[in-house]
Amino acid sequence: MKQTTLIDHKEAASIHILREVAAQFERPVLLFSGGKDSITLVRLAQKAFYPAKIPFPLLHIDTGHNFPETIAFRDQLVEELGLTLIVRQVQDAIDQGLVKEEKGRYASRNSLQTVTLLAAIEEFKFDACIGGARRDEEKARAKERVFSVRDDFGQWDEKNQRPELFDMLNGRIDQGQNVRAFPISDWTELDVWEYIRRENIQIPSIYFAHQREVFFRDGLVWTANEHVYREPHEQVESHWVRFRTVGDMTCTAAVLSEAKTLDEVVAEIRSSTLSERGARIDDKRSEAAMETRKKAGYF
Amino acid sequence: MQEVKKLITIATAGSVDDGKSTLIGRLLYETNSLPTDKLEAIERSSKQKGYDYLDFSLATDGLIAEREQGITIDVAHIYFNTERTNYIIADTPGHVEYTRNMVTGASKAQVAIILIDARKGVLEQTYRHFFISNLLQMRHVIVAINKMDLVGYEEEVFERIRGEMEELVAKSDFRPEQVHYLPVSALYGDNITVRSERMPWYPGNALLPHLEVLEEEELQGSGSEARFPVQYVIRPKTASHPDFRGLAGTVYGGRFTVGQEIVVLPSLKTSRIMAIHQYTDQVETAEAGMAPVLVLADDIDVSRGDMIVPLHARPQSVKEVSATICQLNSQPLRVGQRLLLQHGVNRVHAKVTAIEGRIPTDFGSAEAAESLGLNEIGQVRFKLSKPIHVDAFSLNRHTGSFILIDEQGHDTLSVGFVQ
Repeated sequence: MKQTTLIDHKEAASIHILREVAAQFERPVLLFSGGKDSITLVRLAQKAFYPAKIPFPLLHIDTGHNFPETIAFRDQLVEELGLTLIVRQVQDAIDQGLVKEEKGRYASRNSLQTVTLLAAIEEFKFDACIGGARRDEEKARAKERVFSVRDDFGQWDEKNQRPELFDMLNGRIDQGQNVRAFPISDWTELDVWEYIRRENIQIPSIYFAHQREVFFRDGLVWTANEHVYREPHEQVESHWVRFRTVGDMTCTAAVLSEAKTLDEVVAEIRSSTLSERGARIDDKRSEAAMETRKKAGYF
Repeated sequence: MQEVKKLITIATAGSVDDGKSTLIGRLLYETNSLPTDKLEAIERSSKQKGYDYLDFSLATDGLIAEREQGITIDVAHIYFNTERTNYIIADTPGHVEYTRNMVTGASKAQVAIILIDARKGVLEQTYRHFFISNLLQMRHVIVAINKMDLVGYEEEVFERIRGEMEELVAKSDFRPEQVHYLPVSALYGDNITVRSERMPWYPGNALLPHLEVLEEEELQGSGSEARFPVQYVIRPKTASHPDFRGLAGTVYGGRFTVGQEIVVLPSLKTSRIMAIHQYTDQVETAEAGMAPVLVLADDIDVSRGDMIVPLHARPQSVKEVSATICQLNSQPLRVGQRLLLQHGVNRVHAKVTAIEGRIPTDFGSAEAAESLGLNEIGQVRFKLSKPIHVDAFSLNRHTGSFILIDEQGHDTLSVGFVQ
């Protein structure tokens, strides 16, 4: 008989959470970014409900500044698995004057996503949003419950979270509130990679080493592209890079790497002395950048 | 290949300013688990605050309000590995008003590290957290007497506090060998990963080596009978699976095997397990902790909240239950109150019929009480709208516990343990 491993137990716990979401809520949705964590969530959801289809749609909040590889991957995955995909554009919120585009060197649409997300939650009356956040990613996320209640404004009340005992999940909410559910809370970055390798899950090509036009700023490797502001003195060079985390181009820095296969990527992460989000430009804004965004309804 | 490693889940406990976050930060630092960028951030913040040491509590106190006040408000989950073990540590708050967050963190842990400030000795919160650790039946307790640097690394101080704790342990359900005493200085790294040269009088292992040699048997509870609360009914109604009807859930205790005779609660209908699916695979057995889909031989009515159990090893089905309650909300629990009781994935209506007594956290005898206030613990009797199927908490953590939910406000108000 096959011996069960730690990752088998984590997988089962995540499946349990996904089934609770489907059972306790009327209109759940899976927040899909095209990154490895949300791709892992899709595989877990397939497993949770097989041989039935995943009983909720995917929602992608598109900043318009995504890597084309991610978008192509997203569309192919949805097609192959016969999933329902809803896309809402940050550009629409900008056109309607709901949000203002940021200016300057660090301009990004990352925090603008919140407005579009909250509008989509209202439009479809979603009562549960499933996200791929993990507690090992960032210190505000380390404090997150598995079922995290958000008010009408999408706000996280970090000082007043519900107790969560054993694996009992209380998803009762008032109308207008919603729950953010995090099935892979207890996974580490390495768990996700080991799982992708074990399950042979396809991920976008930008996670593997490739040659790219980049420039260096603040010790980070930025993509040189029309969406990313660049000073005239910031020289574009071609380097072997890969992405360790994938947000949009304006908030995700690359890392110099020659890891072209999953085995090489896993080996690289094992030996890395930098944290995963060390290459997230959006987290570098301040000590509490993530918490501030979460309180405003960011996922 | 996936490495087969041991997993140890730990919760810290103890009073405010006992140095829980600092201890964890130190553990991360000494096991090289702090990435360079995080360590640099700690160095920056420590310098900015004018400290002449590294403030490792900054590694876990992640909320703005926590850093402002220098306290832990909510539980943070920390992950790190050694060669042979994966660790998950819940860093829980010491403040009395955040006890609910301590219980949240501790409910998922096997080991409690209870910190005591060597200068202050055993405090009210030490009693409360030790009592809760006892209630949750943690497998192992480490009493870490911290800040030994501030009492001159004196053996006498350590022995005095240890003596006080031993008296408490004697009144609890813990066997003496389940509790381990350790003098440490989290700030200076004494007895964290290596034995301190400043306390040669202490003969035992440092914290990490002590954890590393805990055996699997010391960490797992006694095995219970197999339980399968039905979470979700899977009916694809597709061309490839027109009549498929699978019961999804998690196995708690024991295992289920194809061909096994089972009974469904509460209907008492019997059947046999025809197949066990794990995604596209069909397997012969489903072990505790796995989340399979069961297919029964007979087409009987089963829905969410029902429980599948072995034919000859049924839990108790009760419509009235007396349980130890820990009140987690400022709204007190009163006789006559109506609530929702969630037992696993099953919810029933419940009414408080009697508060049989409030239990003091020093394990003294129960006192008469009209209600249970925030953080109070008591024995409470309930009448239920429908039966629930329970085991003693000591046999099965999942079928032996429940939560109480406010029907209007939806908050989780209390946790209950069935004896």
